[in-house]
Amino acid sequence: MHLILFILFAAFCLAGAVNLLFQTHPINSALSLIVVMVSLAVLYLLLGAEFLAAAQVIVYAGAIMVLFTFVVMLLNAGREERTRGSRAYIVVGFPAVVILLAIAATVVLHINGLGGSAFGDSLSGAPGSTNLEQLSEVLFTKLLLPFEVTSVLILVAILGAVALARHTEPERTAGK
Amino acid sequence: MSHLLQQEVPLNLYLLLSAILFCLGVVGFLIKRNLITVFMSIELMLNGVNLSFVTFAHQWHAVKGQIFVFFVMMVAAAEAAVGLAIIIAVFRARATLAVDRIDLMKL
Repeated sequence: MHLILFILFAAFCLAGAVNLLFQTHPINSALSLIVVMVSLAVLYLLLGAEFLAAAQVIVYAGAIMVLFTFVVMLLNAGREERTRGSRAYIVVGFPAVVILLAIAATVVLHINGLGGSAFGDSLSGAPGSTNLEQLSEVLFTKLLLPFEVTSVLILVAILGAVALARHTEPERTAGK
Repeated sequence: MSHLLQQEVPLNLYLLLSAILFCLGVVGFLIKRNLITVFMSIELMLNGVNLSFVTFAHQWHAVKGQIFVFFVMMVAAAEAAVGLAIIIAVFRARATLAVDRIDLMKL
């Protein structure tokens, strides 16, 4: 069952990612990116990360992609135009990406027996505890400071986004 | 068919999928000529890396990997908000989203 679900959603994932590259209109790319993110949420479920699957759907497919589609519609982004710009990506970029993929695939396919749980807190400790309980226990005890710092980061990002995107009238700023 | 139903997925396939997603993100970053789509390719790369984090967390039964993915998601949300605000500011100054035309830092 896991294998069938994996093959199905990995195929969805790859199809969405390839479709993102081949679409010329940004809104189509955004929609195929949503397909990729929802398929990844199902893969997280298969790997036993229920909380991350929910967060993936809510944060990525929900919040971030809504932001993207809003910006695409706000700026009225049309079909992408191809100009006679740099062609260096054909000469340097594509071979580099192929080499990168080859190295990563070789390493990944030859990994076996990565050892036991030598990395701190175990995922499947107590029999009754769920994934969310284990995650929140570590997050709110040992990693409380990074968690709070992240909230400050989000606050700064909100302020920065508002300050950057605010429309300033030139005559009023010049008058001050 | 029945043995196919009970078979576990080798975790190498998850890692291979994450490597392919990351490389597709790099390709999109290189070939796309729209600022917003370039930004989407970066999100695709982040997602590919997240998948490998979750896979290793599953393999090693370690909860830290999943927490790292949580933090990556938060940082990606902040990055998307600031990045899209910068894209709006650039569009206001240049009236275009083609990266070939946005080649000067000065307005």
